[in-house]
Amino acid sequence: MSVAEQTQESTLPSLTIVKDAACTFCGCVCDDMELTVENNRITKAKNACVLGKAWFLNHHIDDRPDATIKGQPVSYEEAIEYAADILLNARNPVTYGLSDTTCEAQRVAVAITDWVGGTVDTTTSVCHGPSGMAFQGVGEVTATLGEIKNRADCVIYWGGNPAESHPRHFTRYSLTPKGQFLPNGRKDRYAVLIDVRKTKSAKAMDEFIQIKPRCDFELIWAMRALAKGVEVGPEIEQKTGVPLAQLQALVDRMKTAKFGVILFGMGLTMTRGKHMNTEAVLSLARDLNKFTRWTAKPMRGHGNVTGADNVVSWSTGYPFGVNLSRGYPRFNPGEYTTSDLLLRGEADAAMIIASDPMSNFCQQARDHFVRIPTIVLDPKLSESAKVATVAFTTATYGINVAGTAYRMDDVPIYLRPAFQSKYRSDYEILKAIETRIRERQLAAS
Amino acid sequence: MSLLQIQGGTVYDPTNGIDGVVQDIWIQDGKVIAPSLDLKADRVIDARGYVVMPGGVDMHCHIAGPKVNVARKMRPEEKRTSPMIRRTALTRSGTTGSVPSTFATGYLYAGLGYTTAFDAAVPPLTARHTHEELEDTPIIDKGFYVMMGNNHYIMKQLRDGEPERLKAYVGWLLNATKGYATKLVNPGGVEAWKSGDWNANQLDDSVNSFGVTPRQIINSVAQAVDELGIPHSVHVHCNNLGMPGNWSTTLETMASLEGHRGHLTHIQFHSYGGNPNDQSTIRSEVPKLADYVNSHKNLTVDVGQVMFNSTTSMTGDGPLGYYLHKVTGRKWFSGDTEMEAGCGIVPIVYKNKSMVHTLQWAIGLEWYLLINDPWRIAMSTDHPNGGSFMAYPEIIALLMDRSRREAILDQAPAGVRERCVLGDITREYTLNEIAIITRAAPARLLGLKQKGHLGPGADGDVTIYSINDDKQRMFELPRWVIHRGEIVVDGGEVRSNKAGTLLHVAPDFDDAVVPDIQSWFEDHYSIQFRNYPVDENYLHLHEVVPTRI
Repeated sequence: MSVAEQTQESTLPSLTIVKDAACTFCGCVCDDMELTVENNRITKAKNACVLGKAWFLNHHIDDRPDATIKGQPVSYEEAIEYAADILLNARNPVTYGLSDTTCEAQRVAVAITDWVGGTVDTTTSVCHGPSGMAFQGVGEVTATLGEIKNRADCVIYWGGNPAESHPRHFTRYSLTPKGQFLPNGRKDRYAVLIDVRKTKSAKAMDEFIQIKPRCDFELIWAMRALAKGVEVGPEIEQKTGVPLAQLQALVDRMKTAKFGVILFGMGLTMTRGKHMNTEAVLSLARDLNKFTRWTAKPMRGHGNVTGADNVVSWSTGYPFGVNLSRGYPRFNPGEYTTSDLLLRGEADAAMIIASDPMSNFCQQARDHFVRIPTIVLDPKLSESAKVATVAFTTATYGINVAGTAYRMDDVPIYLRPAFQSKYRSDYEILKAIETRIRERQLAAS
Repeated sequence: MSLLQIQGGTVYDPTNGIDGVVQDIWIQDGKVIAPSLDLKADRVIDARGYVVMPGGVDMHCHIAGPKVNVARKMRPEEKRTSPMIRRTALTRSGTTGSVPSTFATGYLYAGLGYTTAFDAAVPPLTARHTHEELEDTPIIDKGFYVMMGNNHYIMKQLRDGEPERLKAYVGWLLNATKGYATKLVNPGGVEAWKSGDWNANQLDDSVNSFGVTPRQIINSVAQAVDELGIPHSVHVHCNNLGMPGNWSTTLETMASLEGHRGHLTHIQFHSYGGNPNDQSTIRSEVPKLADYVNSHKNLTVDVGQVMFNSTTSMTGDGPLGYYLHKVTGRKWFSGDTEMEAGCGIVPIVYKNKSMVHTLQWAIGLEWYLLINDPWRIAMSTDHPNGGSFMAYPEIIALLMDRSRREAILDQAPAGVRERCVLGDITREYTLNEIAIITRAAPARLLGLKQKGHLGPGADGDVTIYSINDDKQRMFELPRWVIHRGEIVVDGGEVRSNKAGTLLHVAPDFDDAVVPDIQSWFEDHYSIQFRNYPVDENYLHLHEVVPTRI
């Protein structure tokens, strides 16, 4: 007996409807897409937000070589052999990216790095890495997005602009939907945005608190004090830009909510204080459980960055920035994180999966990247793919490749592809590289 | 065709009534076969002078899935000071500490002579994650239990008086998750915690939003499990874990299972007398509870032994996590899963200088020693809650040697001896009884007919030990470990990176209920109904263990 419904896909000669597909553009991983596919193009993406529509409707499969070595088209097999050479000959290779591919591919990427004794790192190291470090320090009181939808009557967004970065977060999970214990939806919630600038998200709030830049830690610490009944002086306004009375009123409201959540973005993690800010916000949410139920959650960006954290953690014990060169995992952000390894000139080879360090790393890191042998897996001719020693053209996860992605709340979602790509998936290419590396290692031993 | 002969070992196979008999074991294509003079083995292990047992079976541990992975992420500090698992030509690297990485977990279990282990607490919404981790947990066979004790659909059916629908849902959910058994964690109490009512401390407390009681949840799920013919009974983590005076809750839970099979897990944590508001009043109430279990054949237990060590408490019991955070003041993870479950994780140190901790240690041992029938008790530390599974050899030594227990009791803080009966118990376990509580009994309690024994048709899972008067050393380092006929450990070295097999159930259920489940699901969950069930392509090597009907 099947527990799932029978397939809902209906297929006409050139038209396919794919229901319950997932959008992997952002960390929301909304899995209620209804995609209309005509002649290998997605012509409608029902339920998608503005970002999702762009993701699906602009998706086309480039006409590029399957793979190139030093810019010259080659077969997959030649490129796989060459990639295996690079990794086997390197003394300190780094594997990086991984947040825009399936967990299945991530697992193989970690395996390859383990077999060759390299460093495995993900884009977490340049976004919510500080949140991961704060997590190690204080833990986290959190809940799935459905729990927030069903219960959270007080929602605080901090250092983020979900209206533009996670457009459906408001309507699907945290602000407007009717929930099990919030029958009136938006009316049953009190929403606050705390940020350095008044973004589009502010309009959707009950209260906007504009904080002076680089003062998040001080504001959170004052809130922790107020929650505990410790006196805070009026000079907090001069420091943070927030009047004490407004802060006191907010804390009082938080203590009397039934279930609260703080959803924080990179405005908190990548400003002065970094992981200290996140530790403070996680501590604030934790402290409030003395009075009522409070939770906190980072607003993760990439579609499967949460999966990357999980895969690297279960394989090695650490979430990102893991060095395997001694034959066992070691963790040290700043030492084993990719931008640092590159800018110090320590990595002697790099394998990049679904990420583009050449378009967003600092100049010294990019300079080093073009000096060393590199392998790049990307559906597009990214800046990194352009300079790669070996470049693979890949199928796009979620749209052309099935697999698993973890939503920002660690809920694993199955990805239903809309149509097939003529290119291979990250998983297939990485598996072939792993197989080749293992054959050669076992033959040598 | 591969044929392995284990020659001349002293065999302990309690299921087949073999108690220290010298005989050969033959394994063909992964299965034990009857000895035959006509066959010629491809490989012979000379086991003369060695002890031969079926591979160990751990029926309650936490080794895969979201809470385990959160604990890995949360505890970097213990990994640097714990033994590393180095990559070899054949095997992957890993980290240890109280929560080993997945590859490390598989190798460590195999190295200990355990060939099967079950994760005891998985929220259905994250079953897919658990399957992914189990695939990356090499060598051992494995599965998991699905948390249902705070599930909204179950509570709704209880409120609405729909036992048939409840039963069908239990069957549907086991199919949807590809789980092995049903688990109740602090039934009703976790939902109370999630909704801000903190906990359900009495079996007849009403869970506010539903108006149902823990007693109703326990009784109805136990009934559904029996009627569906699930191989393992309902697996119960009682309310009030760790609280002085909780033994009466445990006794009531046992009574509420009357007429059904029921397994009470980490029973050590649920056997305390005293005043809940004053930890210093804690005492053992094992004799009364063990008497009840001894006289009620429908009940079985595993222990959840506490050892003196630094470890991580991880539980589906959200309010317990908060309690431990308040007691220890240490970092704390809490994770609420919509419609289903909770989670609490806190680092914890059990010290032999603490009266309470030493008493917990003694209470665990009392359970092993006061249950008359070893077939109804399984060894566990509730890994990593009471300690690591790596502590099993030490527990074996404590059970087999009274003087080892006495040596610890002699050093125990004041008051421990007076608060328990351990000092008066002279019983010492035999090797045969050890073989029962570490493999034969847990396999039987799980309804695994091919595990825990060495009769023809059994899976070829065998552990071969060097005989040693120091039983801890003997069980710490098996000479050979064989999994489904393949030698996976030889002389302390792991020689395999094989995948192992996932064990799950697929009970028949009345599928007329599915539209009702779907309608409820679509009202409350944040993912699509069709994306909820775990598809077969998530399973690696797997076997469906048949239901009893």
